[in-house]
Amino acid sequence: MVLCMTRRVAPRCDYFYSGCIQRSIAVFSAPIEMNALVRELQKLVGQDAVLHRPEDLLLYEYDASVEKGRPDAVVFPSTTEQVSRIVKLAAANDVPIVGRGAGTGLSGGALPRAGGIMLAFARMNRILKIDLENQRATVQPGVVNADLTRSVEADGLYFAPDPSSQKSSTIGGNVSENAGGPHTLAYGVTTNHVTALGLVLPDGEITHTGTAQGDATPYDLTALFVGSEGTLALVTEITVKLSRKAEAITTLLAIFDAVDDASETVADITARGITPAACEMMDGWTLRAVEEYIHAGFPTDSAAVLLIEVEGLNEVVAAQSAAIDEVCRTHRAREVRVAQDTKQRELLWKGRKNSFGALGRIAPGNYVLDGVIPRSKLPQTLRYIKELGEKNGCFIGNIFHAGDGNLHPIVLFDPRDTAQFQRAMHLSAEIIRYCVEVGGSLTGEHGIGMEKSELMPLLFSEADFALMRRVHDATNPKCALNPGKIFPLGKGCGETRLRSHPQAPAPPAVAAQNS
Amino acid sequence: MTPSSAARTSALESILDASRIETDPSALGAYAIHGVSPASAARPASAAEAAEIVRYAVAEKLTVVPSGNRTKLELAGRPQSYDIALDLSALREIAHYDPADLTLSVDAGMPLWQLNATLFQHNQFLPLLTPYYSTSTIGGTIASGLDSPLRQFYGTARDFLLGAEFIDGIGARVKSGGRVVKNVTGYDLHKLLIGSLGSLAMITRLNFRTFPAPAGSRGFVASFPTPEGALALRRTITESPLSPLTLEVLSPAAARLFATRTPLTPEVPVFSGENHTARQVPLPLPGDWFRPNSWQLCVAFAGTSEVIKRYTRDLTHFAEQTQAETADFLDDATRPSIWGRLREALSLFRESTPDATVFRLSLLPSHHAITITVLQGVAKAMGLPLAIVARASGALYLALLPESQGADVRTGTTDDAVLEKLGLLTQEVFAMSRSRNGDAALLFAPEALRMLPSVQAAQANRFPLAPRIKAAFDPSGIFPAPYSA
Repeated sequence: MVLCMTRRVAPRCDYFYSGCIQRSIAVFSAPIEMNALVRELQKLVGQDAVLHRPEDLLLYEYDASVEKGRPDAVVFPSTTEQVSRIVKLAAANDVPIVGRGAGTGLSGGALPRAGGIMLAFARMNRILKIDLENQRATVQPGVVNADLTRSVEADGLYFAPDPSSQKSSTIGGNVSENAGGPHTLAYGVTTNHVTALGLVLPDGEITHTGTAQGDATPYDLTALFVGSEGTLALVTEITVKLSRKAEAITTLLAIFDAVDDASETVADITARGITPAACEMMDGWTLRAVEEYIHAGFPTDSAAVLLIEVEGLNEVVAAQSAAIDEVCRTHRAREVRVAQDTKQRELLWKGRKNSFGALGRIAPGNYVLDGVIPRSKLPQTLRYIKELGEKNGCFIGNIFHAGDGNLHPIVLFDPRDTAQFQRAMHLSAEIIRYCVEVGGSLTGEHGIGMEKSELMPLLFSEADFALMRRVHDATNPKCALNPGKIFPLGKGCGETRLRSHPQAPAPPAVAAQNS
Repeated sequence: MTPSSAARTSALESILDASRIETDPSALGAYAIHGVSPASAARPASAAEAAEIVRYAVAEKLTVVPSGNRTKLELAGRPQSYDIALDLSALREIAHYDPADLTLSVDAGMPLWQLNATLFQHNQFLPLLTPYYSTSTIGGTIASGLDSPLRQFYGTARDFLLGAEFIDGIGARVKSGGRVVKNVTGYDLHKLLIGSLGSLAMITRLNFRTFPAPAGSRGFVASFPTPEGALALRRTITESPLSPLTLEVLSPAAARLFATRTPLTPEVPVFSGENHTARQVPLPLPGDWFRPNSWQLCVAFAGTSEVIKRYTRDLTHFAEQTQAETADFLDDATRPSIWGRLREALSLFRESTPDATVFRLSLLPSHHAITITVLQGVAKAMGLPLAIVARASGALYLALLPESQGADVRTGTTDDAVLEKLGLLTQEVFAMSRSRNGDAALLFAPEALRMLPSVQAAQANRFPLAPRIKAAFDPSGIFPAPYSA
């Protein structure tokens, strides 16, 4: 049976494209009969598992990014078989599908670029298997990151990837975006912890990759699907490694009177081969905002702090803490505090993980960037960002994973002021360009999604896109899954499914998010 | 239509210098895989030349087998067609090395030991202490997908390969990933190249995260009368707060082999930057550390003197708990000869007999005991010596070592009785691995074994997506197939 549906024009803004020209996307399609498709979906999963009224859909047109895109229907499958049937129904009607976990993504990965069905994994939230001896868990994609850790921590284990959204973000979403977090410095990002996947392909085929142990022949397909941003397949089952909690943890707060000293410290810790579990930087301006909100004990008169965590054997932690203390003092740290107990440690991390929320109290809008640079380029890059902001009369704060070279500059603006907004977006693009210039990359952990697809040519050539496109088409030849993501418009699914639309753009959404 | 050999030579000569083309059949033997030689070999001086050769091959419908120093080409089995050997060993520059960022970009033809010798000067290294260490290129090492005893601590190449440049099957120069330690920009295509055996693309450059060379490395060996004992100690250690660099169990047959063989190794001390030279020397014999009738657990660890004290105390205690027959800490003089043999386990297995049949099983560690017991039993009943290395990461290496007479080590000939036994065991290995949510790979084997229909059926690809990925990289199939199906 073939149904047709209207696709509402989903407005968006390509902030980075052609000097912030806002534009919209529309879909080639014959009009009408949404209701028929909804009825079919309801037959597959039940009435209560489909949302289609405009007031219900409103909630699903956002994620945590500055992007926006409303689906025509949201469906909540409970099983892999249901996912497969939904995908087949959508394919038969040429309606695109986008998968969604908790909607905490920061690049528009879980938003429909052109309407269609949103497949939300909220009801596929069961932990299917925990294997303590082998340190593995198999979960459905809707399991919340922190819930997995909670279910194994009594046995001394945890799931290592720890994005700041971990209390709400799902493991399925973490897999799609290859999520990071502060402790990925020592333990790696999501892909380093995934050993096998269950998948539903855009034609409804149910398949799998990897082994429970992790090694696979002939190709490490798991590594391809993790971080593919929902453009290759829907992930319906995930086997992950569980890590063993360290015997000792020491959390240090190093306080500096100059940003340069803090960034030189990070570069020097890296260069000396000291490997802390986490090494986060907050500049003075942002930490004052955080302190007012959280009262974590951050010194409000400092220029920057480093929040450094060392984990491992008691003996290793003692030696590394001493080495880090020495490096900090060499670079003129005013003070190096050590958290005396779990409560103090948790308070410091609470300050870090809620810092973006705290900034929401200061400016009505903020835009959190995500760029990566070689660690050795940290001091010069922070100086560049500061000067860029000053030159343009725009405030740019910094709270980020310094040890990884993963920057999160935060540009503040008032979204009601179009000029301010456009300037903020322009500066953001300049910063990402600079990251690429010094040998870095477009995104360390937030993904390309809709946000940065037009920046991809800064790094990739036509030949690179051609191969990426062939790999994309190996599973998703008709762009049925998450069209209009990762690839610059026109290089991915642009020709077949999307075209630019001359209609006037909507005002941008205001972002207040975590990272 | 396939071009004549004269036409092919002249076409290649229009791409690269004649001195870089080999067409003399006697010289081409150096590129033979299971006795099959290419019609010509090309050793380009640049990635651009290599890409042009690939484009020429695509245009003329010729097949290309990428190679480095050709130490492990047999991993992929006999090629169905082999027109051009594309030898990347002349590309050996370090394109970029930022010791302060611990990142590196290196040409695929760079010898692995030489790369590490350079890194050691900055007290860093790449934790790829893999078989054929003294003769492998870094590109070949990645394409082979072989792991290292250090994976217990550092993981596999998947965990520290940051990006790559390569030539795809249409001859385009392509890249993926980057040179920074954290990056989610685009698909991780470079990770597909790990273990792809040259079937997807010709790797030209690789970007890595490097690591501080561990200071103060030490070693510990405990022996047990049964595999269960050694595996129990292995489990005790993985469940303890200790995080050793290496943690693996050796079977008695592996120990016997290690005790008598002397692999070549470059004079690069594994964990320090001093005294490296280009000279290759045989590893000194390990004395009586390898016990011919015991199952042994080998542990490497490193750290400050306080850390070493802690390991010493805990390991001694754990060994007592699990009733080890012996439990000894290695002295400084012995350590390199032990680690060198663990590193070379696969090459020692393979070179020990012409019909060596070596498997990698990817199993969860808790499945090792039953797998070892069953396969030991079957091998013993058939009279086939079986050597085993069981890594705590779950990688389980099995080597069937039939004592064949007069066969050539590279091609392997074997009598039908031995072949039949190897075939039965191969089926058992694959069936056992796959029934336990794992997998197996036939690494080294006599070609006659790979050709058996029962063996081909046993190892049939289980991933329907794999051929689609192969076709995306290499639409006209100029690179070899990754599996024998």
